[in-house]
Amino acid sequence: MRDRLQEWVPRIVLAPSFAAIVIFVYGFILYTGWLSLTDSRMLPNNEFIGLANYEKLFGLRHWNVALKNLFIFGTLYIVISSALGLFLAILLDQQIRNEGFIRTVYLYPMAISFIVTGVAWKWFLDPGIGLQNTMHQWGWQSFEFTWIKDRNLAIYTIVIAAIWQSSGYVMAMFLAGLRGVDNEVIKAAQVDGASGFLIYRRIIIPMMRPVFLSAFVVLTHLAIKSYDLIVAMTGGGPGRATEMPATFMYSYTFTRNQMGVGASSAIIMLIMIFSIIVPYLYSEIRAGRDKK
Amino acid sequence: MKFQYALKASASVAVLCIAAPMAMAEEVEVLHWWTSGGEAAALNVLKDNLEAQGVTWQDMPVAGGSGVEAMTVLRSRVTSGNAPTAVQMLGFDIKDWATEGFLGDLSEVADEEGWAEVVPPALQEFSKYDGKWIAAPVNVHSTNWMWINKSALDAAGGEAPETWDDLIAVLDKMQENGIVPLAHGGQAWQDGTVFDSVVLGLGDDFYKAAIIDQDPEALASDQMVEAFERMEKLATYFDPNFSGRDWNLASAMVINGEAGMQAMGDWAKGEFLRADLVPGEDFVCIRFPDTQGSVLFNSDQFAMFDVSEDKVGAQKLMASAVMDPDFQVAFNTVKGSVPARTDVADTEFDDCGKKGMADLAEAAQNGTLHGSMAHGHGASSNIKSAIFDVVTAHVNGEFSAQEAAEELAAAVEAAQ
Amino acid sequence: MSASSQDNALQTSGIMRAMIYALLIFFVIYYLLPLWIMIANSLKPLEEIHSGDMLAPPRSITFEPWRSAWSTTQVGVEATGLRPYFINSILMVVPAVVLSTFLGALNGYVLTKWQFRGANLVFGLMLLACFIPFQIVLIPMARILGMLGLAGTIPGLVMVHTIYGLGFTTLFFRNYYAAFPTELVRAAQIDGASFFQVFWRILVPSSGPIIVVTIIWQFTNVWNDFLFGASFSSYDSTPITVALNNLVNSSTGVKEYNVHFAGAILAALPTLIVYIVSGRYFVRGLMAGAVKG
Repeated sequence: MRDRLQEWVPRIVLAPSFAAIVIFVYGFILYTGWLSLTDSRMLPNNEFIGLANYEKLFGLRHWNVALKNLFIFGTLYIVISSALGLFLAILLDQQIRNEGFIRTVYLYPMAISFIVTGVAWKWFLDPGIGLQNTMHQWGWQSFEFTWIKDRNLAIYTIVIAAIWQSSGYVMAMFLAGLRGVDNEVIKAAQVDGASGFLIYRRIIIPMMRPVFLSAFVVLTHLAIKSYDLIVAMTGGGPGRATEMPATFMYSYTFTRNQMGVGASSAIIMLIMIFSIIVPYLYSEIRAGRDKK
Repeated sequence: MKFQYALKASASVAVLCIAAPMAMAEEVEVLHWWTSGGEAAALNVLKDNLEAQGVTWQDMPVAGGSGVEAMTVLRSRVTSGNAPTAVQMLGFDIKDWATEGFLGDLSEVADEEGWAEVVPPALQEFSKYDGKWIAAPVNVHSTNWMWINKSALDAAGGEAPETWDDLIAVLDKMQENGIVPLAHGGQAWQDGTVFDSVVLGLGDDFYKAAIIDQDPEALASDQMVEAFERMEKLATYFDPNFSGRDWNLASAMVINGEAGMQAMGDWAKGEFLRADLVPGEDFVCIRFPDTQGSVLFNSDQFAMFDVSEDKVGAQKLMASAVMDPDFQVAFNTVKGSVPARTDVADTEFDDCGKKGMADLAEAAQNGTLHGSMAHGHGASSNIKSAIFDVVTAHVNGEFSAQEAAEELAAAVEAAQ
Repeated sequence: MSASSQDNALQTSGIMRAMIYALLIFFVIYYLLPLWIMIANSLKPLEEIHSGDMLAPPRSITFEPWRSAWSTTQVGVEATGLRPYFINSILMVVPAVVLSTFLGALNGYVLTKWQFRGANLVFGLMLLACFIPFQIVLIPMARILGMLGLAGTIPGLVMVHTIYGLGFTTLFFRNYYAAFPTELVRAAQIDGASFFQVFWRILVPSSGPIIVVTIIWQFTNVWNDFLFGASFSSYDSTPITVALNNLVNSSTGVKEYNVHFAGAILAALPTLIVYIVSGRYFVRGLMAGAVKG
């Protein structure tokens, strides 16, 4: 009797969490899927209209701009954050004095939301009061930095701020990885006369493969969900030049009274996220099983 | 079931702890986005008035450009069955909520106090639904104004422009004088505000056909191409830094003489007054050229939600307090707008305010009082956003005038 | 001076090390810049901000903006400053972090030490939940909160944050406990320890690093949340991020930038302190499991 009970306890413990996730995540996803097939406008309704919302969605210039921006933003953000994170982690791993202080400085942006730093960034990037103005006051008259005002370049200023926020976190992940590398391997390579750069390129960096994967997943999901940084920095402007899928979905669902179109964009976003994450999770979980 | 009960029980304990002391008193919860110093001070008049009558004011501000955030919050509150008592709302949003059947009925108070006689019919259009009063209007803003720095104008000939050609002449002159001729903030709603005035400048009928009725022919017409050409012309007088700028920073440029003029609604006046500028002496307010005699309006109203029986009393007190002439004067002198009731004396108002009140009465009489598209009184929010998309893209140089007119017709059709 | 070779540091010359330090300092400046702008300008009187150089340190220091942001500035109609909202946030964050961390630990324990058929599928589904865009849950969640009678309350916000934190907390603990020797658990069981005894006596005492990582992660996410805070709160449960937005984005009127910056720093202070105090455990905690699969 006691044994039977013991067997069930773990499942009972897990059940509430699992039930909550099933209802509040998957249930809501299904609900959103349903909404995307209805003629919902200001509030949800149940008038089925098939795939009309999806047709409308892909006919919208606005959505295509958002997808293009996500592509530019996502690529630069993920590549630069990973590279910078790795680079800083390697620098910091050279027995640096005050490492603790420097690490904290690199890491703190992750602690602050863009609601807080958005104003400072907006100031900094604004040619009238920000960096450009300061450089002019310091005597460098020809200095020009007007990206945030340029519809073709504004998206790159978003990349700068986004990298600022998360590259420190990536750095911490790589640092943890570097600290986990077995010294024996390196010593052996050094005995063989390999130079420092060669050791990093040939031995250590390839060993960081799992960290690259983790970083990729974290960054991808931040990129697709990035919302408050757009709102805080450009509000989607100039024009609609920095609109992203997350801001698109929010505005169609809540301010434009086209909830059905908003829901269909949410479903497309979910498909994008899941098509990146699911293979990763699958391989992770399988690898875990093989180890046992 | 049990789980649900346990949650409910623990939650209601927590709620009780907070709400118990005032459970007996009457209260109104007010959702609004008037969070700046002056506006909040004006609302305090209303709050004090209600508290003197024993009604507690529960403040629920949600800031953010013309109530966008606030409307999201409202949606979530209503969906959860927890609607606030009163919500600051604009034009078509009120209609939409009324259509969904979430608003209360103020007819009793309204009939008793004779609102129908003192509120202009154009406003009643949004305060009434299906014959019932559903909202209490607080003010009337007008959006087709221009604010001009007096000394900049004097340097440019001293003559306030009345027609489009005058305007261009003055702007050219200001450019020669080495200042930014037109201060502007490149945000979609500001682009839309200017666009409203430009379209109205091409004729009242055209505004009605294109913006209010969204007639596809008018939207793609040559006149619309001309409207976009005018927008393009105006954009040449902006400084290169205009994109994303807040409207009040644009006003500040006019105030300190860095720029010559700004096309903006009457709320801009507050900025000039706070800088101790005197209307007529330091700055000039005129109607946007070619729109004299017509008024584009938007009106903030408190839409009253259908709340539980015990809250209706306080709700009615609040509605009555909003329509109180003293409050209307106190609020609107601060806000820069004019009272929503036409039977209020203009003695407390400055020159621009007096002109605004006179214009409003005249336009109401002549049928030239139109809802402003950019501020939610010309078209419902899906149409409005679609128009914004095209206008703001065009201002930022993505389309030619010809393309913009075609895009506009297509975008409006897609949004319907 | 060259580095010793006990770590995997490069053998480097003096010039090389100078370059490394120069680079590190350059990035220190890059990361500190926005914070510097905020601090410097929060200490300036408004006139100095309007006339001056954004990056310059204040010429005349004033703490008035800080006092104003904390206790007197107008947020909506009430001139309460950010203080009451700060308290709301604390009341929301503490239970949400404790609950989601605790549940995450239990889930991680079950998923690694009590493997049952389908455990991996359950884990996969929970993990996938981390990645949904939260905007899609607003409307259905509002309806459910209303049904539970939790709409517009702090317990309601606690519930929402706990649920959407579960995926990450479970992930952290599951990865950490996966590396924990299962033999110890089995041995304790043979000695007659029950499910919970094993958890409390054997796993929890050695979970220090991962608890720190989880708490930092959850605390930061919940404290910084704006979307749920704005959508599911009412006049007496508004968290500080929403209040800060009300302060900063007031639609009209004179912008008191110094007060805005002071308010922004106040709103960020708790998460900053958490990072600074426990930052060193963070890398250690990441090493211990969050990074490795």
